[in-house]
Amino acid sequence: MGYSDDKIKDLELKAMNIRRLIVRMLGKACSGHPGGSLSSTDLVTALFFEVLKHKPKEPTWPDRDRFHMSKGHCCPLWYAALAESGYFPQEKLFTLRQMGSMLQGHPDRRTPGVESASGSLGQGLSVSLGIALAARLDAKDYRVYCLMGDGEIQEGNVWEAAMAVSHYKCDNVCAILDYNGFQIDGKNSEVMGLEPVAAKWQAFGWHTIEIDGHDMRQILGAYDQAKSVKGKPTIIIARTVKGKGVSFMENVVGFHGCAPTPEQVDKALKELE
Amino acid sequence: MAELLYQRDVYGKTLVELGKTNPNIVVMDADLSSSTRTGLFAKEFPQRFFNMGVAEQNMMATAAGLASCGKLVFVSTFAIFATGRAWDQVRNSICYNNFNVKIVATHAGVSVGPDGSSHQALEDIALMQVIPNMNIIVPCDGPQTRDALLAVSQVKGPCYIRLGRAKVPTVENKGEFKIGKAQVLTQGNDVAIVACGTMVNEALSAVSNLQTKGIKARLINMHTIKPLDKDVLLDAARSTKGIVVCEEHSTTGGLASSVDALLSEQHPTKVLRIGIKSRFGQSGEPEELFKEYNITAGDIEKAAQAIVSR
Repeated sequence: MGYSDDKIKDLELKAMNIRRLIVRMLGKACSGHPGGSLSSTDLVTALFFEVLKHKPKEPTWPDRDRFHMSKGHCCPLWYAALAESGYFPQEKLFTLRQMGSMLQGHPDRRTPGVESASGSLGQGLSVSLGIALAARLDAKDYRVYCLMGDGEIQEGNVWEAAMAVSHYKCDNVCAILDYNGFQIDGKNSEVMGLEPVAAKWQAFGWHTIEIDGHDMRQILGAYDQAKSVKGKPTIIIARTVKGKGVSFMENVVGFHGCAPTPEQVDKALKELE
Repeated sequence: MAELLYQRDVYGKTLVELGKTNPNIVVMDADLSSSTRTGLFAKEFPQRFFNMGVAEQNMMATAAGLASCGKLVFVSTFAIFATGRAWDQVRNSICYNNFNVKIVATHAGVSVGPDGSSHQALEDIALMQVIPNMNIIVPCDGPQTRDALLAVSQVKGPCYIRLGRAKVPTVENKGEFKIGKAQVLTQGNDVAIVACGTMVNEALSAVSNLQTKGIKARLINMHTIKPLDKDVLLDAARSTKGIVVCEEHSTTGGLASSVDALLSEQHPTKVLRIGIKSRFGQSGEPEELFKEYNITAGDIEKAAQAIVSR
């Protein structure tokens, strides 16, 4: 699949802009989850600005592709992508986590573009299966994208869903695993080892694609490949860096769920130029 | 002799009936479709039935996804698994989103019988009752099961419908069924008996025995546990000496707790609870178990007499 250098550069710039918004939102909110938001940014930017068929001014357009962020704690990324796409004005982003805000600490339906709440991990792939089955019943050809965290796949519900999506041969489901290697208490490998990740999903009947989750060309290629796979669902296993783009957050587990201070925000924004 | 019906038979047949007129209905089960009778719908509408295997958590969250696309989803399994095993999915994926998912759970209570404690849900109403947006209906017999299903299919939002395993006698002359509006089955001002589900029939026997002793009991079929019919309860509290609440469920967190909470705030009234008092179930025939757990007509009668003789 050919993507021009300009297209790639444009998406990379958008991703940079979204990272800047994430840092500013979290700085303003004084709480939230930067690490996983920044590690998934390139994956979600590619989706919102190139892959998804959607109409931000018409959020309930029946033929829209669906995106569900099962790792709900990374909603600053989701909110930034929604705002930048035009679902709601950018200034709303800076109400994140405040009393009365339409941007809750974990996503829910008060946010335009968020169709189902998340935050309790492990349920999003099941929700996506329901959406995929509804598409089948309604003879619609929209696709369902579900972003999961690596620690999240320790939830048993994920594997119940993995089995069911495969059983029902939902090739309109594309799961994306943000495999940054860390969770709250430390490295996945120390808390609860995940490997062999790809072999597990393959054993459950999934097509797997392993990529560098920060390489825009690889990301777009993976989404294209997923679309072409028939008769089984696809999972994109994206190797990422937790806190990507901000040197003092990269691979620092402490920034899983800890917002930057005002000084750290300034420092981070300088790096994200 | 009243007609005996399996509520789940009525459920399966009503699903088929609803499925014929509403193409938007989808049904799911977790490998219990022969027991819950969703299999009847599966046979008639295989495209709109999804067997999710022995995986209740996935089933509930998948139901949420279907509902997010506008489907009216009926989800069934045994009450113990629907409410306990998949509670977080029911809370976060269904109720928090206020999705149109109807959980119709069978095999509630000790009347499950020989299968024993692991399969006898005595906590399910409690588990569902604490979740905002959730509505709860406990039909008392076969025909009321159909009434409840037709009614909930017309109302958006999550609902929990609790059915039993065993055949239950049909209660005559209940009047119109309306969600949230209790049915007063007998009039009386000495004592009020508030019952739901299988206990309505036990309570009817108690009422007629009390009648022979000159005690007039007002029997209320509280088929909707949530939202609770406050008016009927407050009126009963005002006009009788006290209330006996009967349920095939723990006396904590179910109908009795809701009645207690309402009356203690708005009209303090003597309330005696007929139900399972912090015990697990066990194997046995339903009648044996009703005796063991003191939830028979005789127990209701005794409680009513205790209130009247205060």
